[in-house]
Amino acid sequence: MHLLGSEIFQNAFLAGTVVALVAAPVGYFLVLRSHAFAGEALKDVGFAGATGAVLLGASSIFGMIVVSLLAALGLGVLSKRIRGRDVEVGMVLSFALGLGVLFLSIWTHSSAAHASAGVNILFGSMLSIGRSDLLVALGGSVVIVAALAVIFRPLLFASIDPAVAEARGVPTRLLSMAFMLILGLTTASTVLVVGVLLVAALLVAPAAAAVNLTRSPKAAILTATLISLGATWAGLALAFAPLGRHLPVGFTISALTAVAYLVSAALRRAGRRERRDLPPHPSREVGQTDVLPEGRVS
Amino acid sequence: MLHYPFIQNALLSGSCIAIVGALTGYFLLSRGLTFAGHALPNIGFAGAAGAVLVGVKPVYGMFVFTILASFGIRVLGQNVRDRDVSIGVLMSFALGLGLLFLDLYAGYAQRVYAILFGTILGISRGDVLVTGISTLAVVAFILLLYRPLLFSTFDPAVAEARGVPAGLVATALLVVVAVTVSLSIQVMGAILVFTLLVGPAATAIRLTRRPSASLLLSALLGVAYIWGGVTLAVASGDLPVSFFVASIAFAVYLPVRLLTERRSATRRGREPAPGHAH
Repeated sequence: MHLLGSEIFQNAFLAGTVVALVAAPVGYFLVLRSHAFAGEALKDVGFAGATGAVLLGASSIFGMIVVSLLAALGLGVLSKRIRGRDVEVGMVLSFALGLGVLFLSIWTHSSAAHASAGVNILFGSMLSIGRSDLLVALGGSVVIVAALAVIFRPLLFASIDPAVAEARGVPTRLLSMAFMLILGLTTASTVLVVGVLLVAALLVAPAAAAVNLTRSPKAAILTATLISLGATWAGLALAFAPLGRHLPVGFTISALTAVAYLVSAALRRAGRRERRDLPPHPSREVGQTDVLPEGRVS
Repeated sequence: MLHYPFIQNALLSGSCIAIVGALTGYFLLSRGLTFAGHALPNIGFAGAAGAVLVGVKPVYGMFVFTILASFGIRVLGQNVRDRDVSIGVLMSFALGLGLLFLDLYAGYAQRVYAILFGTILGISRGDVLVTGISTLAVVAFILLLYRPLLFSTFDPAVAEARGVPAGLVATALLVVVAVTVSLSIQVMGAILVFTLLVGPAATAIRLTRRPSASLLLSALLGVAYIWGGVTLAVASGDLPVSFFVASIAFAVYLPVRLLTERRSATRRGREPAPGHAH
């Protein structure tokens, strides 16, 4: 087990743990506010930033953070309610992906070593996290946790019942903007662990599973944190343990968190049939007026 | 430039996928399924990677994965709030699987890029034939189900009451999108198939209000984008077609979006166009 003492493992373990701890609470609000698609768009814009930075010789996480924050500002300014703006978000996302593909293809064509480094941006590179990346991730996480702690109560109120929160004088637009910035920083850090393509595995899946399984915000955040930490540590274990074949970290994390979500969805469905009288998780009380294709109103 | 067989193949294949992409994309947008349009190609990536590992053509792997995923999206995402989340989770799971498949396969990086970015140079006459036949099938499907599709898209409750099997129609539409996505990957690459689905339809919905006109316009725009993209990609040497298509689509969409908002805001207050009913 000499690997456990190596700097590679230490960096990967620290970065993975910190990112899992941060992604879970931010993901909880993401799920609560139905921002899954906006989160997707943010990281795709960040992808263009990461590849652009690499092309210019800078660190990919640095480019990712800068561009994600700019995109978060843009999303926050442009749309009061992102939920109904799928088309606009989609078009920006598609253009950003186009730029990312352009930068990445220019860069990867320049040498074979760059080709595999490009795969690291797409799918994560736990095994090549350097000290500077680690410091950026740690710094970012401190900022995220501090910001989230400051706005936690009003953000929770505004996310669960935006109309009442606004009527009571909670600055919902400002909160929305602040949350987008937090989200931008979180997606950039998450990319370090699971890569651009797998961000949802840590950001969306654990929180969505937790919302299905619990009935209070605190329990949900705790459960989400446990799921994301467990998946990340399992991913690291299977990547480093001397088992002969090393599984890619991104695969283990995305598979475990997806299983957690699927199990939670099945449990919730089973539970709903038995106990209709119990109140659901607070997030399920709002925004549920859409008529379903089956004609049921949930 | 038109004398090279590979460019002919790229343009033929590209025109077919542009048409089916634009037509199915119109229904995706109108139903608020934009995220599904983004997720299905990424899910297809896993299928393509699996197919490469087993040694069959990537398009067959894509068919299997995207069609399974479209059933999954229908089952998991029964209400609107759950839908985005379940799509996101399915997508990251599939991408993780794709990563595993490619990790098991030697010659890793090059394959990843071919699937993610597309390879117009690698399109054979046989691929064009498969794409052409599938395109005909998709267009026939839309013509055949044109009225129930529209009805259940814009007024699901009334459609249901009148006996339109809305759930079946929704599933069939997602399966058609899955087929379209699988065909498009060779030209556009998994990352940017989305552009082909959303780009032309997003612009067309802004310009006309009649569904038939929107469909026609988005098909025309789609073909124009692809031809522009292929031409620019060939002229530039080695750069991906998908980047040019995405840029053209965005460059056309942006002014249209900005101009039509002002018009609709003054004329009709803030009431959304029918194409935006969710």
